[in-house]
Amino acid sequence: MDAMAGRKPAVVWALNISVVLLVALWLFPTLGLLISSFRTGDQITASGWWSSLFPAEQTMQIRVADPDDNRVDLGNGRFMVEGNIFEGADFEGELNAWGTSSRRLGEFETGVTADLGDGETLTVEADGSYVWEGDDDQISGRAQRVFLDVVTPPDFTLENYSFVLFDENNSEGMAKAFFNTLTVVIPATIIPILIAAFAAYALAWMDFPGRAILIAVIVGLLVVPLQLALIPLLSLHNAIGIGKGYLGVWLAHTGFGLPLAIYLLRNYMVGLPRDIIENAKVDGATDFQIFTKIILPLSFPALASFAIFQFLWTWNDLLVALVFLIDASGQTTVMTKQIVELLGTRGGDWEILATSAFVSIAVPLAVFFAMQKYLVRGLLAGSVK
Amino acid sequence: MNPALQGLITIIIGVGGCVGYFYGANLFLDKVLFRAEGPNAGRNINRANQIRPWLFLMPALLALGIYLAYPVFATLRLSFLERLPGNQYAFVGFDNYTQMFAEPKFMEALRNNVLWLVIVPAAATGFGLLAAQLTDRLRWGNIAKSIIFMPMAISFVGAAVIFKLIYEARPEDVAQIGILNHLYLTFGGAEPQQWLQIPFWNSFFLMAVLIWIQTGFAMVILSAALRGIPEETVEAAIIDGANPFQIFFKIKIPQIMSTIVVVWTTITIATLKVFDIVFAMTNGQWETQVLANYMYDKLFRANDWGMGSASAMIIMLMVTPILVWNVYNARKEMQ
Repeated sequence: MDAMAGRKPAVVWALNISVVLLVALWLFPTLGLLISSFRTGDQITASGWWSSLFPAEQTMQIRVADPDDNRVDLGNGRFMVEGNIFEGADFEGELNAWGTSSRRLGEFETGVTADLGDGETLTVEADGSYVWEGDDDQISGRAQRVFLDVVTPPDFTLENYSFVLFDENNSEGMAKAFFNTLTVVIPATIIPILIAAFAAYALAWMDFPGRAILIAVIVGLLVVPLQLALIPLLSLHNAIGIGKGYLGVWLAHTGFGLPLAIYLLRNYMVGLPRDIIENAKVDGATDFQIFTKIILPLSFPALASFAIFQFLWTWNDLLVALVFLIDASGQTTVMTKQIVELLGTRGGDWEILATSAFVSIAVPLAVFFAMQKYLVRGLLAGSVK
Repeated sequence: MNPALQGLITIIIGVGGCVGYFYGANLFLDKVLFRAEGPNAGRNINRANQIRPWLFLMPALLALGIYLAYPVFATLRLSFLERLPGNQYAFVGFDNYTQMFAEPKFMEALRNNVLWLVIVPAAATGFGLLAAQLTDRLRWGNIAKSIIFMPMAISFVGAAVIFKLIYEARPEDVAQIGILNHLYLTFGGAEPQQWLQIPFWNSFFLMAVLIWIQTGFAMVILSAALRGIPEETVEAAIIDGANPFQIFFKIKIPQIMSTIVVVWTTITIATLKVFDIVFAMTNGQWETQVLANYMYDKLFRANDWGMGSASAMIIMLMVTPILVWNVYNARKEMQ
């Protein structure tokens, strides 16, 4: 099987193409949003994001300069208006052809002098400079309309990001929500690891009655839906005075993350070589020393795996934050909540939505690509066993 | 106080507290309670070692007990009660449940949840298996896997925005910016569709989001399982003249069946709890309600704790078979 050379080229091609299709299907949704976040609102509504990657052909309608103010007397009753058609317009791109009627677009090449009848002429060069000539009657009143066939290069902007992140007048900004999310996530990731590590060691390497039952209970708790915990815990938090706030959300995330943490770490610790631990015991090390000096350093991969899981889960969470953190003041909103709000209030403003969503997606994606190895390892330890 | 500062202090207190607890309790046990010296040294060491596991376990057990075990029973109790004004409760038996089952919105949520449960795990596992098998021997397979795995890191809310852009519909006479409508019109569709507002089928458009996210998970695990298949079995099949499809379906699939089941059940659990996607994309309108969102509605919008708890218990009930099966397997494995 390993020898790809042994297979028919047609099969190899089919294989490659189907994987390309699959990858495209999984990549394009995110790519679409990413690209949209670099386009202005007008661009997003004018064309699909997929067409923004290529130079766009479009028709621009511009009037030449006002003849009554700008015309030059050439003598013999002839007048002329001269200038650049793109003057005042923020334009980058290439002019291919032009016309004077919306029914005959691109009628003339650039540089060609068009006869508009009765001796009236118009010339438009490739750089946009034009000469419009005719008699007194023709070169007066309303300025001549010109329809330009132009090709604009792909055009992207960082404006959305500076608006969403740094604009101080933007009350829907993500900056505060970003820091709030960070404030939720860091303690909610570190504390369960510490608690779970000790418990996992006890369940893996210490003998005591009831150990097997405890492990079974933890496996059971692994799948308990956190929906069940909402009301009782909110009442509990209110009763003991924590109320809604950071402390509550940290505790809740710790509780909800623990079963997976203990399960993953225990599975890993059980696999560590028995010899090391027994030798250390013979040498007089206490359990506490064995744990801190031997088990913890050796368990780094499992600790990293769980840390990534918990980080992703708390960063991406909406429900727990809605229930335990976000109060009426709106000071403690997190990014996921902020985006849901934007979906409701600014559903059509894709530049704001796309950028806000990407601000919240960027950090987990960076963590994902940097630590993918540990994430995969953790997944395998958590479910294949 | 600045929340960031508060966070920093919490980390220091939390981490310091944990370390201090474990270290201090251990010290207390060895040096004060049962000193390993004097006439009873041997007995003391034994006693200390009997207590130590519980020292190590205590914080975890407390947190698990309060945050997961207690709520199961508290919610069960609440589901039989009705909240009266003035923080009073009255026992109403199964009233909350009967009332709930009479509600069309609940039946709709239940029907949708069953649909989700049938389709999402099957599709995600199927795509995952396909991706795992196709990328297995490919030179750029790891890059492909990485990309298919990537949505794992994206929040449900982020994915909701991503797919809303895909499903976006614009009036017929202007350019479509949602790729689905663009393709639909390109391939002969008559007019742009509001995909999320077509009852029944819109649930499938919501499911696509979860399938998109979960496929990477299935792929990673199944790909490891495929690699674990002994080469000889495949080689023997090739020598016997099996074609690639026979090898895949008759040799490989049976050998990784247990892993497929694990993946399937894990995704089933995730599907049962799906909340954010529906909450952010349709909020249960246009007949897309699911149980978790129905429950949220009852608890925090209608403020009906009784029915909210009752619907939470329905979710718990649906999880229970998997819970029992997991525990059974874990125990079997340990023996």
